[in-house]
Parts: sequence; structure tokens; C-alpha cells
Amino acid sequence: MTTSLGLDNRKMAFWAFIGSECLLFASLISTYLIYKGRSVVGPYPHEILNIPFTSVSTFDLLMSSLMMVLALAAVQRGDLKWAKVWLFLTALLGMFFLAGQVYEFTSFVHEGLTLQRNLFGATFFVLTGTHGAHVTVGVIWLLTLWWRALRGKLGKGNALTVEICGLYWHFVDVVWIVIFTVVYLIQ
Amino acid sequence: MPPSRRRRWLTLLPLVLAGCGGPFPQSALHPESDYARALDGLFRGIFWWAVLVFVVVESLLLFILLRYRQRAGAATPKPTHGHTVLEIAWTIAPALILVFIAVPTMRTIFTTQAPPAPNALRIAVIGHQWWWEYRYPDLGIVTANELHVPVGRPVVLEITTADVIHSFWAPALGGKRDLIPGHVNRITFTAESIGTISGQCAEFCGASHANMRLRVMVDADSTFRAWVAAQQAPARAVARGSPAQAGQDALRRYGCIACHAITGVSAGVIGPNLTHVGSRTTIAAGVLPNTDVDLARWITDPPGVKPGAKMPKLPVQPQDLTAIVAYLRSLK
Amino acid sequence: MSAAKAVSTWKSWLTTTDHKRIGLLYFWTAFAFFLIGGLEALIIRAQLARPGNTVVSAETFNQLFTMHGTTMVFLALMPLSAAFFNYIVPLQIGARDVAFPRLNAFSYWVFLLGGLFLNASWLLPNHPAPDAGWFGYANLTSREFSPGPNIDFWLLGLQILGVASLAAGFNFIVTILNLRAPGMKMMRLPVFSWMTLVTSFLIITAFPVITVALVLLMFDRFFGTHFYLPSAGGDPVLWQHLFWIFGHPEVYILILPAMGIISEVLPTFARKPLFGYTVVVYSGVLIGFMGWGVWSHHMFSVGLGPIADSVFSATTMLIAVPTGVKIFNWLATLWGGQIRATSALHFAVGFIALFTIGGLSGVMHASPPADLQQTDTYFVVAHIHYVLFGGTVFGLFAGMYYWWPKMTGRLLGEALGKLHFWLMFVGMNLAFFPMHFIGLLGMPRRIYTYGPELGVAKLNLVSTVGAFLIAVSILVFLVNLWRTRTRGKVAGNDPWGGATLEWTIPSPPPPHNFDVIPTVASRLPRWSMTQLKAIPEDAELEKPHAPVGSWWPLVAALGLPVLALAPLTHTLWVAFLGAAILITGIYRWAFEPFEV
Repeated sequence: MTTSLGLDNRKMAFWAFIGSECLLFASLISTYLIYKGRSVVGPYPHEILNIPFTSVSTFDLLMSSLMMVLALAAVQRGDLKWAKVWLFLTALLGMFFLAGQVYEFTSFVHEGLTLQRNLFGATFFVLTGTHGAHVTVGVIWLLTLWWRALRGKLGKGNALTVEICGLYWHFVDVVWIVIFTVVYLIQ
Repeated sequence: MPPSRRRRWLTLLPLVLAGCGGPFPQSALHPESDYARALDGLFRGIFWWAVLVFVVVESLLLFILLRYRQRAGAATPKPTHGHTVLEIAWTIAPALILVFIAVPTMRTIFTTQAPPAPNALRIAVIGHQWWWEYRYPDLGIVTANELHVPVGRPVVLEITTADVIHSFWAPALGGKRDLIPGHVNRITFTAESIGTISGQCAEFCGASHANMRLRVMVDADSTFRAWVAAQQAPARAVARGSPAQAGQDALRRYGCIACHAITGVSAGVIGPNLTHVGSRTTIAAGVLPNTDVDLARWITDPPGVKPGAKMPKLPVQPQDLTAIVAYLRSLK
Repeated sequence: MSAAKAVSTWKSWLTTTDHKRIGLLYFWTAFAFFLIGGLEALIIRAQLARPGNTVVSAETFNQLFTMHGTTMVFLALMPLSAAFFNYIVPLQIGARDVAFPRLNAFSYWVFLLGGLFLNASWLLPNHPAPDAGWFGYANLTSREFSPGPNIDFWLLGLQILGVASLAAGFNFIVTILNLRAPGMKMMRLPVFSWMTLVTSFLIITAFPVITVALVLLMFDRFFGTHFYLPSAGGDPVLWQHLFWIFGHPEVYILILPAMGIISEVLPTFARKPLFGYTVVVYSGVLIGFMGWGVWSHHMFSVGLGPIADSVFSATTMLIAVPTGVKIFNWLATLWGGQIRATSALHFAVGFIALFTIGGLSGVMHASPPADLQQTDTYFVVAHIHYVLFGGTVFGLFAGMYYWWPKMTGRLLGEALGKLHFWLMFVGMNLAFFPMHFIGLLGMPRRIYTYGPELGVAKLNLVSTVGAFLIAVSILVFLVNLWRTRTRGKVAGNDPWGGATLEWTIPSPPPPHNFDVIPTVASRLPRWSMTQLKAIPEDAELEKPHAPVGSWWPLVAALGLPVLALAPLTHTLWVAFLGAAILITGIYRWAFEPFEV
């Protein structure tokens, strides 16, 4: 179906969705920044955030974006074998990221930082938790595509579905870069 | 009646009705302080610009409707698509009018929010659901719901709240300002004439928001000094065997002293300070006049008068009630 | 050209993905909520007709004004606009449907379920309806000061409704940008479709902000956080910022569609093109952008400081300029025309007259010092109702009289239409003009009663009479609706001599809208001689067919209120059930073979 602007409807809708999600994360990040330094009791960020560990998580997510690019390229050239590999690896690295988040959150809780403890806990967990929920949806989406590929239902013809998943995945990655910078690096 | 005339008559009707009646004790159009006069002056300026625009636009509309009504056999109208000069004109003209409104606005913002004079009388206002606590930190006075200020002297209200957001609004004294937990806001004014000014809470604060009223008594200097002296004195002592003493005992027995402070008798902080409650003109935050009958009514059933009131409905025996009322009326 | 006879079973309506059917569903549902919100208003006005009145208790009154505002904004005005987006926009741009028909159905069902969820609070024992105002200021909404489920209904219901609005926003952006008929350049788009586009961008950017605000409130109430609670360093003013950053674009979401309708109705009945089309379109776009910079004019009494007050005052005054420009262009459209005084035109002219008044009181509010005597009083209530009732509601009625024949094939009665107009116009002015005075005389908003000493009793009575007059006018409209079903004049393709594409097809249109998608050569395709291109001999006529339906939008939609029930009932498994329904619906939807 030809469209007025030449862009596929689904792709355009997805870009609009990403625009909307930018406002969502901007509101959460703004809330974090507004309340920075206003916690009445600790633990405070500098006491508890583990930059080396989170840097590894971040690198992992960046690499997963690379996997995603390779997955899309494979699907677009009809290479189902490599498409399956890269799609699975993307999902796997995503799952490693989530595992890292779970580990980080549970260790924070053990050190006394909870949602209820102070404003840092509240804003940190809601912001990174929302991001983590987005990663989870992405992982499910990737695994669904990988499953479709296993059943031979993915190919050049429906490469767009992989491309849109890729857009989502890269967006989630970029949001993480912003969160990592604002929360961990700039204290 | 042609539609245009009918429309005009109906719009005038409420204006006429508004003229009927009065006085209007909470009117924002009768300034009684420098602050209120500044706002009033600004409003009147903007009002007349608005009237001008209203007259121009509405009469244009009316003219167009009458002049360009469809006539039988008329030709198809000329399809004008636009006119650049016109567009520029009716962009610039309103923008200019807005400049004439913006300049005095900015000026007034800064003058009315300027820091108070160093000799200003400081009063702390703390909002509660649904009453007003007033403290004069430099005079050692704690009272509730009725504020006294001296005429002609700068006053600064430093306002905050103990629970939810409220808003202090006494229109004749000036604009409103919100009471926000964790914030201290300021209202500065110099009252210009002696009298009583009415106001009420202007930010929805729960069940009895409508019942959180306030009064500001603007006193002559001597009256104010007398009031201060009376307020600084401890609670009037009760004569032994008097009804007032029976009332004081009843107050203890019913547990009223747990919430209400009366200097020399009790130190409660949850409800209004009652040390000089007998000297107030109203009770229950301006909802009832301070008479024996109304005091009794209030004490017997606070939630009945003010839905949601934190003061509980206690089974007060009639003889205790009379005694309590006598005691409270004695606390002048 | 023949129309396929549309099947009209329960199943066909529950599974419909046809934008015209969805438009009708939106219309009836939204109108029902409009009547409910109106009833709430009538009870409010009955209570305030006299000082010290006892028609309802204080708590019930607080619920009534909260639900009146929430219902009118989210369940009546927005969806009534959506009804027209749905029905009319694809017709105006020359498309067969919207870009995502199932997503469209999903939006409707989520709206219906969200509205029912919110109003279910009225039906529980003790009717714990939301009671902290439509704007729900923290920290009154905290668990400490609002312990019951009232606010939970509010924040969960609004989150559900937000999903509906967002989905519709994405759908219409893609539809308008991507599904235009050949030759329908952006600057040939009808103004109503343009305003729909701007509104849709506002929706997808503003709703995420209120979503965050509501989620943070939900966390405070359910999970013990302190986002809005001062005891741990939180600030209730954060709620106000987040709410109004959404809230101000929201009022433009409410008014721009009505402005779009006026921009269609006036040229048709003046028999000349819209004056300054380009300027009107750009003004709408500009208002959309500038609307992001004014939010703190709702917070002039908060004490943000003189610099913040000044900045927001300036931006607010600035936004009056493109608004005024539109009004002048509408007047210039009528100037030199041959004005046919149909009911639709009455309402369009009423819009101009009344919105002007609302706009002027808006300029008064733009000056913070003056506003400190006006905000949170009946003066603001007057302003709101002049722009939203005199503006949006009148605009929507203009749309109803204008497009009813297109949607149903029959015209609404003109005599009853004019009676409706005059009763509503007089009623509206009686109800809301006195409120300017009532506010300046010292009566705050949101109070269930007032003392006789204020001196506003007579004005309040006049206002109440006006409100009931509005109710009578709505009854007249309902009679008109009922009678037109059997006795309305048959409309034909183009009863008005309209200029845009929807008037080139039958009334109501066949399921596939256009037998042949037209190639557009002008902004006024139906009026312009250059437009008339003969349909080529070998043009393939679209075979009459009904759009394919689907169950999955409804199924997926059902997952949301079930999910929302979990916090309300404090049961975790309900959340899993809701999520399961939602995910099942989404998966089946994604893998269902579906062609537009």
C-alpha cells in the first residue's frame, strides 16, 4: 500500500510512539533530578551506586544493540540462520542486563535502600524499574521473533517487524545511556 | 424581540441584580489595603481593555450577521482567500494591547512581592483542616481564626500549613496565597481603614473546605495595643464555686484539654488555642457567631456543623454544657 | 455507486473496525457521559441555589464537582471530538479507513471500560466516588488525608483512559500524514483534519506526563513512597507541575477540534472559502507549541516567585495572539458572504461570541496580581465554562448539526435546532455570566455551601435557573434526534453545498467510503472547477465490501480494567489475570491475518 509520505504506516506509528515515550522518561528523569539531594535520610547515591558494575551492564546493553543491527541485516538479506543467532543473542544480552538489574536492586535493598526509605530510593527504583519493564517487554518481543524465525516464518518479506523491534530496542538502549549518565555518572 | 436586543438585555440582568443588595463583605472590588488597591487598579485597567475588545468583536459579529444575511437571488460571494496586511494588522493590534497590560502587570508583580518593611508586624499563619492558627512571634501571642492587625502599619503574614494545601484569602486585603506543607509563603500589606474584613480558604482542602472562614480585625493603634495586652495575659482565673470553675473541671473531664491549649490550664496543640476564645466574634472558623446558643450547638455536635470535623461528638451532659459555655465565655 | 448493506448484529458491533461505526459508538457513549456530567452539574446548581442548602451532603457535593469535571473533560468532550475524528477525518482526506482499524476499535473499548470503571464508584455502598477535584492536588490525595478507595478509582480510571487517548493519537497522526488521497497536499487538508493532527500530537506528548504523575501518586498510596509527601522531603507542588504540564496542553486538546469544526461550518454557510486558511492552520500549530510554555499560570497563587510569575504571565499573554487571529479570520470569512442561518451556523456563530468572552477573561487571568483575586473563585469557573461550554460544546453541536446528515442520511430538524440553540445560548449566559460577579464578590470554588452574608444568593439562583434552561435545551436536542430517525429529511450526498470530500459520497457512506479514491487538485475539491476530473474509463471501482472485524481489540481492552482491579481489591492474582487477558489479546491481534 503506497503511503502519502512514502514511509510504512507501522514505522511512522512507531516513531510517534517513541516520541511519546521520550516524554514519559523525561518526566521520570526530571522527577529524579528535582529530588536529587533532597533525601532526608540515607543511603545516598554516592554510598551505594556501583559504577564499575553498572558500566558492565551498560556495555552489555550496547553490545545487544549491535546484535540487533546484525539481526536486522540478516533478515533483510534473507539469511534465516544468522537471523536466529543474532536475535537470540540480542535477547540473551537483554536478559543478562535484567539479571544485573535484579542483582543490583536486591543488593541495594539489603543495604537499606528501598522504595519507601527516602526520595532517592523512590525516584531511583521507579525510574530504573520503568526502564527495566521496557527491557523486559523488548526481550519478550525478541524471543517471539526468534520463535517465529525457528518456525521459518521470518524473512525478507516481513523484515519490517524486525526493524521496528530494532527501533524499540535501540530506543531503550539510548534511554539507558541517559539514565546511566544522569544517575550514576553525574553525582 | 430581535435576537441582538434580547441577548443584550439578558446579559445586563445579572449586572442589575449584582447592584441589588450589598454590602458585599468579601468583595474583591472594595480594596482596604495598599496591596488590594494595587491589584484593583491593575484589574480595572485590564477590564477596560477587555471591554474595548469585547465591543469591537461582538459588534463586528452582529453587523456581519445582519448585513450579510442571505438574500434571495444574490450572486455567489467573491471567494476572497486572505489579505496579508489585514493579517498583520490584527496580529499587531492585540499584541500592542497585551503590551499595555503586561507592563503594569510586571511592575505590580515585583512591587507586591517585594520584601516586607523591616518594622512590619510579623504574623505566622498555620492552616489546619479546617481552621486558622495565628502566632505573633514578636508578641508571644497564639490565637485562632480571627486576626487583629493595626491600621496603617505594614504587616507580613508568613503562611504555611500543618496538613494539606489551603489558601488564605481576605479579598479586601489583597490577593490569595497558598499554604503549602514544607513551604512558607508571604503576604505583605498595610491595612488602610478600621473595620472587619471577611475571608475564607480558597484551595480545596477536604470535607469542610467551605467552612474554613476567617476574619481580619483592622484596629486603631490604641485598640490594637489593648488587644495585644489582653492576649498576652494568661487565661482569666476562675472564681471558686462559679459556673466557670465547673466548666473548667468539665473541660478536663471530657478530655478537651488534650487538644486545646489554655495558658495556665492546658497545653494541647491539635485544636485552636482557647485562652481568649471569649473575646472572639465567631467560632468554628467563622461559621458560627460566638453566642451561648451557638457555642452549645458547636460543642454538642461538631461534625453536624462542620462535616468531617476532627473535634469529636461527645455525649456532653446538659449541666456540663452550660458550665463549659460559661467558662469559655469568661475567657476574654 | 451502490452501498453494501451493512450487517447490524451484536457481533458486528462488538468486532467492528470500521471507523464510521467506531465514530458512532464514540458519539453515543460520549453523549451518555455528557448527560451524566450534566446531571451532576444540575445537582450542584440545585445545592448552590440558596445559601445553607441541604440538597446533598458536603461529601457528596465534593464527589459531584470532582466527577462533573472529570466526566466532562475525559468522558464527554474529548470522546465527542474523537467521534468526529473517527467518522469524518478519513472521509475528508479521501481514505477508506484509518491507518490501524483494530487499534481504533481498541481505543473505543478502552474508553468505554475506563468510563465505566470510574463511574462504578458511584454504585458501591456509600458511593466512594473520587472527591478531591478533577485536578486532584497532593497532598490531599495522599492515603493519610484520603484513606478510602475514592482516589484509587480516580487514578486507576484515568490511567486506563490515558491508554485509549494515546492509541487514538498515534492512529490519527499516521492516518492524516500517510493516508491522504493523491493530490491532497498538507496545505489542501481541511482545517478540521489539520486541527485533528495538532490535537493528536498534543495527546501523545501530554498524556505521558499525567501518566507519570498518576503513577507516582499510585506509588505513594499503595507502596509507601513519598513523592508528594513533605515528611520525607517530597513536595506536593511537584504534582501541580506535572499535572499542569499535561493540563494546559489538555485544554488545547479540548478546544482545537471545535475550532476546526467552526472553520468548516462557517465557509459552507457563508458560501465563501475560509479567510486566511494558511494563517488559521499555522495559528493552530503555533498554539499547539506555545501551549507547552504556559502551565504555571494555573499556579500563580503557589508562590513560585516574581520571575517565574512574570515569565508565565508573558507566555500566557502571547498565546492570546494566535487565538485572536483565528477569531478575526472567522469574522472575515463571514464578511461579504451570503450567510445561511442554519442551526449549524447558529452554533458556530455562538462559538465566536462566547469563546471571545472566555478568551477575554483568560487574558485577565494572565496577569498574576489580578489573578490572585480571581483564581480559585467563581470567576475562573465562568472563564472555564465560556471557553469549554460556549467554545467546545457549541462547536461540537455545530459539528453535530453539520455532519449528522452525512452520518445518518437524514437532516436534523431546523426549527427544533434553532430552539435548541436559543435556549442553550440564553441558558448558558444566565448560568455562567453571573459567575464573574459571584467570584469577584468573594465566593471561592468547590464549596458545598455559602453564607447569606456574602450577598451572592440572588446571583447563584440566576445561575441555577440558567443551568436548568441548558438542560431543557438538551431535551429539545434529544427530541430532535428521536424524531429525525423517521421524520428527518433525507440528506443525499451534499445537503449543504460543502466544499470538502465527505460531501462527494453518499449519506451515510458505503463501508468502503469511496468507490474510487479521488485525485485532489484543490483545497476545496467540491467547489473548484479545476477539481472535476472525469473518472477514467478503466478505473477500477472498489467492490462494495464491509471491513473485516476482529474480537481481539475488545479482548485486549478488557485486560486493562481487570488489571486495575488488582490494587483496588488488594489481590495480586487479579493483576496476573488482567495481564494474561491483555497479553493474549495482543498476541492474537498481532498474528491474526488482517487486511484493511
